[in-house]
Amino acid sequence: MVNTAYTTIEVRWHGRGGQGAKSASAILAEVLFEEGKHVQAFPEYGAERQGAPIRAYNRVSNTPIRRRCGVQNPHIVVVVDPTMVESANPSEGCREDAIYLVNSTEDAKVLRERLNLSKAARVLAVDATKITLEELGQNRPNAPLLGALSHVFTDVSVDAFVEHFVSKMRQLPAPVLEANKRAILRGREEAIIA
Amino acid sequence: MAKTLEMLVNTLARNVEKHKEMTSGNLAFAEAMRQINPDVVAAYPITPSTEIPMRFAEFVADGQVDTEYVAVESEHSAITACVGASVSGGRVMTASSANGVGLMHEVFPIAAAFRAPIVFGLVNRSLGAPVNIHCDHSDSMPERDSGWVQIYCEDAQEVYDTALLSVRLAEHKDVLTPVFVCQDGFITSHCYEAVEMLSDEAVKEFVGERTPHYPLLDVDNPVSYGSFVMSEHYFEIKRNQMEGMFNVPRVYDEVSKELAAYTGREYPMLDCYRTEDAEYVVVIMSSAAGVVKDVVDDLRNRGIKAGCLRVRMFRPFPREAVKDALAGKKGVAVLDRSASIGGTAPIASEVKSALYDLSEKVPVQEYIFGLGGRDFFPKDAEMVFEMLEENDYTSDARFIGLLEGDK
Repeated sequence: MVNTAYTTIEVRWHGRGGQGAKSASAILAEVLFEEGKHVQAFPEYGAERQGAPIRAYNRVSNTPIRRRCGVQNPHIVVVVDPTMVESANPSEGCREDAIYLVNSTEDAKVLRERLNLSKAARVLAVDATKITLEELGQNRPNAPLLGALSHVFTDVSVDAFVEHFVSKMRQLPAPVLEANKRAILRGREEAIIA
Repeated sequence: MAKTLEMLVNTLARNVEKHKEMTSGNLAFAEAMRQINPDVVAAYPITPSTEIPMRFAEFVADGQVDTEYVAVESEHSAITACVGASVSGGRVMTASSANGVGLMHEVFPIAAAFRAPIVFGLVNRSLGAPVNIHCDHSDSMPERDSGWVQIYCEDAQEVYDTALLSVRLAEHKDVLTPVFVCQDGFITSHCYEAVEMLSDEAVKEFVGERTPHYPLLDVDNPVSYGSFVMSEHYFEIKRNQMEGMFNVPRVYDEVSKELAAYTGREYPMLDCYRTEDAEYVVVIMSSAAGVVKDVVDDLRNRGIKAGCLRVRMFRPFPREAVKDALAGKKGVAVLDRSASIGGTAPIASEVKSALYDLSEKVPVQEYIFGLGGRDFFPKDAEMVFEMLEENDYTSDARFIGLLEGDK
């Protein structure tokens, strides 16, 4: 789904402190590292407090990555918190053909309008909050969002995401782990592309 | 040299076991500490180096190392405990940042003069005030005259490799000088990336055991540290101490070649990226070198002969090598991530001094960038190269990315 002409793919995550955007960016980096990519994952460190807007970044490349500055012109934007569609200005500095993955109850077409995107941009909407409330009983949108990202990084199978998640979360009780696995798979299945 | 060749042959025969894992600059340093298994670690955690003592304390608690971990009540006590343990004959490591480093200042010259080969993970952070947790080099630069070796790393891989190398460098009988292994706070310390690590056995073999010289605990050969010395001898002792620093380049070269036989990676004191035939060169340190190298490649594709000189070893400063790398260039810009308020910034001062002997003058522009973690983007590096091409110089330092404008 990502334009393969780009040598390095840059991802920007918008979330709130405590929601797990930083962990999600780290897990994405680990999965892609396991698949042989060169990767970076780094959050923007500000005043750390629950609920404050935060940004985290990834770089993914087939060649070693040298630059370490913040991502200004992302190819992929992930909005972890539905309330941040306007407040965090997710399209700031984005490329025309950027891909937006939004945790939202809204239709992808409506989101496209709210984000004021050009035709070249694509939007994936998934109600990650609902999925995790149903599967885990908690609002932890990471797992479904990672599942939905397997639509974007097409050279990585959704199984790889699941396997990695499981190996990283091995210490969790079996029912929680199973719930997370279901949440990842549902994230992939229920994502709507516009 | 013979030993290097021998190591190389051994390595090829043995096929050193390595593995790559996702980690960060801080955690890579902590992992190197675990593998080094020092005798003593005394530390007082401070952002952004907190994870180093935190992770290492876990290794101690889990029995993965034999280290005596001394939890102290301040940075001053931490470095003091390190000095005591080091002159007693132990292998000693610690870590700190920013005002923690500042509080240790009094003890650093003592460590160096005692020839205490401490290896120190220095995670660069701005000095307050105002309070700021982000990166610049204003904590390590005031220590440039404290008599410690200073090595600045570009990424987490280099941090790991340098931690291993520094143990051997510091403890070498011709050096016996403590070493700062510097990395950029948050940018390197907290970036999650892949690092290739050696097996525990390979590290153990490379670092070996410390052979202490004149240890305090050798009761059969008693020695005294911290004596009072009048003007009759103080000068001679300080001159003698400098010999250790003068020997660093030779020993560094030997030890880094030996480590390269294990890792396949070698880091010269100066990282000369496309500088050989360059007309314009940017001189910089640490993590910001990466973006300059990217811009150098872009400019080269457009026919502009650009280069990047990354200073890895700042103390001792490789003056001759800098002179050789920059002689005959059309223009040089030196980018410092710290200021010497009221004077020339640290790297610019060294570079200008190194170029003084040249019969043909090389123009040098001084820049200050990135204080308190202000980000440094490709457009900033492009601007610097453009001004070099336009032959645009000022006698004062310029500031990159200031909200109030660059000039």
